[in-house]
Amino acid sequence: MLILLFISSGLFLGWSLGANDAANIFGTAVGSRMIKFSKAALIAGIFVILGAFLQGSGTTNTLSQLGSVDAVGGAFTVALCSALVVALMTRFKLPVSTGQAIVGAIMGWCYFTANPVDYTVLTMIVGSWISGPILGALFSALLYILLRNYIRKSHIHLLKLDSLIRYGLIVVGAFGAYSLGANNIANVMGVFVNNVSFSVNIGTLEIESVSVLFLLGGVSIAIGIVTYSKKVMETIGTGILAMTPESAIVVVLAQALVLFIFSSTSLSNLVQSIGLPAIPLVPVSSTQVVVGSVIGIGMVKGVQEIKFKMIRNIVAGWVVTPILSGVSTFFALFFVQSVFGITVTNSIIKDEAAELSSARESIINIPVEMVNNLIVILLFVLLIVTVFLFFRYQKNRLKLKENEKRWTEMVNYTDVRKSLNDIEVSTIQMENDTLVTRLEERKRDLITYSLSIGEQRQLLSSICTNLYSAITESDLKQKNELLQTEIRRIKQKMSFTNEVERIYSEAEQVYSDFANRVHQKFPNLTVQDRRLMVLLRIGFSSKEIAPILNISVKSVEISRYRLRKKLNLSQDDNLVDFVKSM
Amino acid sequence: MLFFAKANKSIELIDQFLNGVDQSLLLFKEGVKNYLYSNTENFNANLQSLAASELESDKLRRKIENTLFSQSLMPELRGDFMRLLEELDNIIDQAKKNLFQFDVEMPHIPAELIPDFIRLTQISVSAAESVIPAAKCYFTEPVNVNEKIHRVYFYEKEADLLADIIRRKIFREMPDLKLSEKFHLRYFTLHIEMISDTAEKVADLLSIMAIKRVV
Repeated sequence: MLILLFISSGLFLGWSLGANDAANIFGTAVGSRMIKFSKAALIAGIFVILGAFLQGSGTTNTLSQLGSVDAVGGAFTVALCSALVVALMTRFKLPVSTGQAIVGAIMGWCYFTANPVDYTVLTMIVGSWISGPILGALFSALLYILLRNYIRKSHIHLLKLDSLIRYGLIVVGAFGAYSLGANNIANVMGVFVNNVSFSVNIGTLEIESVSVLFLLGGVSIAIGIVTYSKKVMETIGTGILAMTPESAIVVVLAQALVLFIFSSTSLSNLVQSIGLPAIPLVPVSSTQVVVGSVIGIGMVKGVQEIKFKMIRNIVAGWVVTPILSGVSTFFALFFVQSVFGITVTNSIIKDEAAELSSARESIINIPVEMVNNLIVILLFVLLIVTVFLFFRYQKNRLKLKENEKRWTEMVNYTDVRKSLNDIEVSTIQMENDTLVTRLEERKRDLITYSLSIGEQRQLLSSICTNLYSAITESDLKQKNELLQTEIRRIKQKMSFTNEVERIYSEAEQVYSDFANRVHQKFPNLTVQDRRLMVLLRIGFSSKEIAPILNISVKSVEISRYRLRKKLNLSQDDNLVDFVKSM
Repeated sequence: MLFFAKANKSIELIDQFLNGVDQSLLLFKEGVKNYLYSNTENFNANLQSLAASELESDKLRRKIENTLFSQSLMPELRGDFMRLLEELDNIIDQAKKNLFQFDVEMPHIPAELIPDFIRLTQISVSAAESVIPAAKCYFTEPVNVNEKIHRVYFYEKEADLLADIIRRKIFREMPDLKLSEKFHLRYFTLHIEMISDTAEKVADLLSIMAIKRVV
């Protein structure tokens, strides 16, 4: 049980690894609903355990060579600090690697306990952090070109391609999970391997402690996948894996290959057997390999697609994670040893004061020189990264500003075009309405004129008939009577009452509300005066008004004089101008 | 192959739908011709067939959408694909609506305009017909979609030009026509022209979709 308590920090690290890194394998597939989460989690869980159990020893040995954590208390602290750093970096959305965290923590342990650090192994490990993403980029670029050529040449239907990718993502995802388990189990259980020794008997089968630890580590990763990776997978659609299914399958395969290469003992032996240098078996960050793979695809598609922010984050991860992990482990070990009195290393306890002093010497002499150099290098790298980032930021800012400006211009232009179109439409609509109204009026006029012609023809024909009767009449009295009747009828018709009424009503329409305004301003005017004003408003002269009103020109003049009086106009005022100004 | 069973079923439905669009366009073209030459019986038959075709296409569209959703096919491209189906369906709707307008409003088309109207119908329908091979190409060779859709743009532009010529002729060279008749003819020119405009919308959409799909 005590062992379980100590390895709990490793299990926690395994859980967070599962929660975060499973999204690199099945993120796109689950996020885009190509595969159900339950199916993805089951496959990933099984294959992670298999990878850890069957192929986890290679990377674990490398970590042991870096610095052999020789006390279970130290191992617990190392794993716990790594897990906390991973959690912290995840919080800030940096592509964190459990491998980098554990390496930093082991270094912290080494410095604290004055244990030697194998710098050859460290160089090899750091080299793999750089070569991992580069190899991922190369693999993904190559695989992407192959896949693109296949799709273009095969003319496969989109839906069939969709099915193929769906099944492909499951197979590649399983391979990716296996490689993840094989490569990253060292991060989870590596530090405990040399400190825990027991065996489990199942019937005749005896399982060694290393295998049990790998199994437990694998299970913790699987639990991480099942319990927490769903959230990460569902939000990955907007993250680095927001890509087409074709790109996703390439990225996952490239990542799986890189992790497999850096964890396969058999492959390393095979390479060695043909005279080539052995492949370093080192835990690599799957997230960083994924980022490298995405960049690889970007390079094939065009340089514009490369997100330099990703490279910045990777470099930040290389620098920040080990330092943070190492420093926190250093202080945590001090705390664990001093406060709880837990042994963090066996080498110091065994040795006597002489050994302690030599150890101190080694702490002071060798590492300080190295640390100083390392700090200088790190500062230099940080300076370069900062300058680079500053220029990138400036460039991006300017680009963003320019894009924003262009966008605003485009929006404005569209708005103007839209309003112009609206205006054009409304103008046409109005034009149409006016034309329709005019057409209606013309039709009405035509009907009225036709009716009027008919009516007048009838009247004239009736007058003609009566005049003929009068001519043929022998009785003089009768004759005069007939002629008088016809003269009356003609005079009656001469008044043109209807036509005159129409003139007034149409004038009212043209000079809207004129009669009302006159009535309101001069309520004492008679109907005859108001009619005279309407005719003056139209612009008729006295000569023209006389026949309309059926009076003489002289009478019109008198009426105009009376009107001037009623309107209180002086001799200098022009009556027509006054009427028109109303 | 069992591996592609679901995909094959959906492919079959999509092909049926595209064939339906093609058939509807043919019916529209024939319908307009029959109306212009006063073949009332044939026109009515075209009208009925087009209505049936439109109904069938609607059903097929819904079936395809259901299949895509229920089987989670093409999750990345599904949204765009749905829009494509809707826009294609709009072409059929437009054709049906136009032919019904001929039936209801019975526009008086002067004999000298009949050849122009027939030409306009043919060009406008050609624009819409050119969309179908482009849509089929999107599924198998997205790289070549742009080559196919340039025909749509060409026909659309031609349809626009011809429609302008017809409208000019109606309003400037035909004083004997009543204004109301001129309006009526103008609207029918516009209705026919709309088929090519809808086709242009589909072409725009296809162009964007192809860019997204090119690996």
